[in-house]
Amino acid sequence: MDDLEDLYREIILDHYRSPRNRGELPTPPAHRTEGFNPLCGDEIVLTIVLDDDVIEDVKVDGHGCSISQSSASLMTGVVKGKSIDDAKGAMRSFKRMMTVADEDDPDADEPIDVRKLGELAALQGVVKFPVRIKCATLAWNTLAQALVEMDA
Amino acid sequence: MKRFDPERVRHDVPELRRTVHGLEMAYLDSAASSLAPSSVIEAMSRYYERTHTNVHRGVYQIAEEATEAYELARRSVGSFIGAPHPDKEIVFTKNATESFNLFARAWGASVLGEGDVVVLTEMEHHANIVPWLQLKEERGIELRYLGVTDQFRLDLTRLDETLAGASLVSITAMSNVLGTIPPIRRIADAAHAAGALIAIDAAQLVGHAPMDVVDLGVDVACFSAHKMLGPTGIGVLWARAELLASMPPFLGGGGMILDVKLDSFKPADAPHRFEAGTPPIAEAVGLAAAVRYLRSLGMDAVAAHDLELTGYALERLGSQFGDKVRVYSPQDLVDRGGVLSLALEGVHAHDLAQVLDRHGVCVRPGHHCAKPLMRRLGVPATARVSFGPYSVERDIDALLGGIEHALGMFG
Repeated sequence: MDDLEDLYREIILDHYRSPRNRGELPTPPAHRTEGFNPLCGDEIVLTIVLDDDVIEDVKVDGHGCSISQSSASLMTGVVKGKSIDDAKGAMRSFKRMMTVADEDDPDADEPIDVRKLGELAALQGVVKFPVRIKCATLAWNTLAQALVEMDA
Repeated sequence: MKRFDPERVRHDVPELRRTVHGLEMAYLDSAASSLAPSSVIEAMSRYYERTHTNVHRGVYQIAEEATEAYELARRSVGSFIGAPHPDKEIVFTKNATESFNLFARAWGASVLGEGDVVVLTEMEHHANIVPWLQLKEERGIELRYLGVTDQFRLDLTRLDETLAGASLVSITAMSNVLGTIPPIRRIADAAHAAGALIAIDAAQLVGHAPMDVVDLGVDVACFSAHKMLGPTGIGVLWARAELLASMPPFLGGGGMILDVKLDSFKPADAPHRFEAGTPPIAEAVGLAAAVRYLRSLGMDAVAAHDLELTGYALERLGSQFGDKVRVYSPQDLVDRGGVLSLALEGVHAHDLAQVLDRHGVCVRPGHHCAKPLMRRLGVPATARVSFGPYSVERDIDALLGGIEHALGMFG
């Protein structure tokens, strides 16, 4: 059962039980974006406030499995207070780790240095469970959509 | 009632000889798709090795043999469900979903218009909701729904009111999420009294209990072969002969015509009118073998076996886990089949299913293509457990072990 423990690492279970930055920010000033995983019904509600090119605040609400919800919680911790460029960089790295790099990612084929991913590296075990990759990437795809909607 | 030995059935199903993660497979997902016995697989192989060619075309010997095998399958599945005129009433489709679409397009779109009423239930599979929603959007028909009680039964307190003025009642004969078997005969009589037709989604029932369309008093039944020990790729639309004969074709092409001119065509009689193009011949042969296999077990015995396992599962889940496991399913063994949906305190269905997989246990997490029902139940996803004639108590024991593991992990 080793790979099962690799999937459900303690840090993931911790973020699932006690999600960070949970809830919704008032709109406006926040921008609100919903993300769905139609196959399994996972749902993410992302509210985000930008200050120029910095993600000033972000909260996540919704429901779903431990992977989708812990990934969302981990994401908020990584991007909150960061520049949009840094957030997009983390997004690219994360998607490369998940083996679903964007086509326009210039480093799509480069090996990933998981040490640079910090806490996000906890989700590395998901790769061995291909059907769960979409759970892990749901929050990040919702963030990408939010940034497009905000023209950021 | 003569009972069968499920170990004997396990022996007949080659897929159960494989292991998952080094463990015996505890296959508890028969409501999604059932496992075929070797007689089904061999019948299809034999067809491809000996009799394969197109049907209703050639005059050479194997062409006649292929046509005969295909038409024989129509008769055997027809007699299995008590169809009075199998040769005129059984249409082979791709699956139950296509059967509903065919019925909605051929009958619904030619008969129903603005304000005409179709009655569904809150426990329907999307296959029996979306085609009617499409007609609602395109033709302005009205949909009404029978609700679900807190005991996971169909709420029939307002049945007559709901049926008043309806053209069609289209309901499941057994819920794919709850296992509930509604009182079809009673609803059929009420539908006919109200001047409506009644169609049933028999996908979950037909392979798990005796089913006779005349006794049930229904006009239409839709089901898939792969949920009754048969192959994927073939389903059935049964409709009363007069009704089917009155319906215009849905798909056009070869095989469904009497004559074609440059500016017109004459469709063939039912059922061939609804079978455009080369049909699933090998799959029909496989379905006929599945019907033979089910008959050899006896459908009363298949139903009794499912219920015994359901009783064991309900009892053990309750005694071992109490409130930590919520069961979305009738708690008694009356008017229900071998399907139950579970939700664990603090463990999402996908995580439960993932942990169960490591115990060799196959269950289905998610909304089971019944999102309106999931909303009614107030739960985004459940883990569904369902049985087949090869299911045994140790499958349930493996399930219980996996649930224990998941509760410990996430608790």
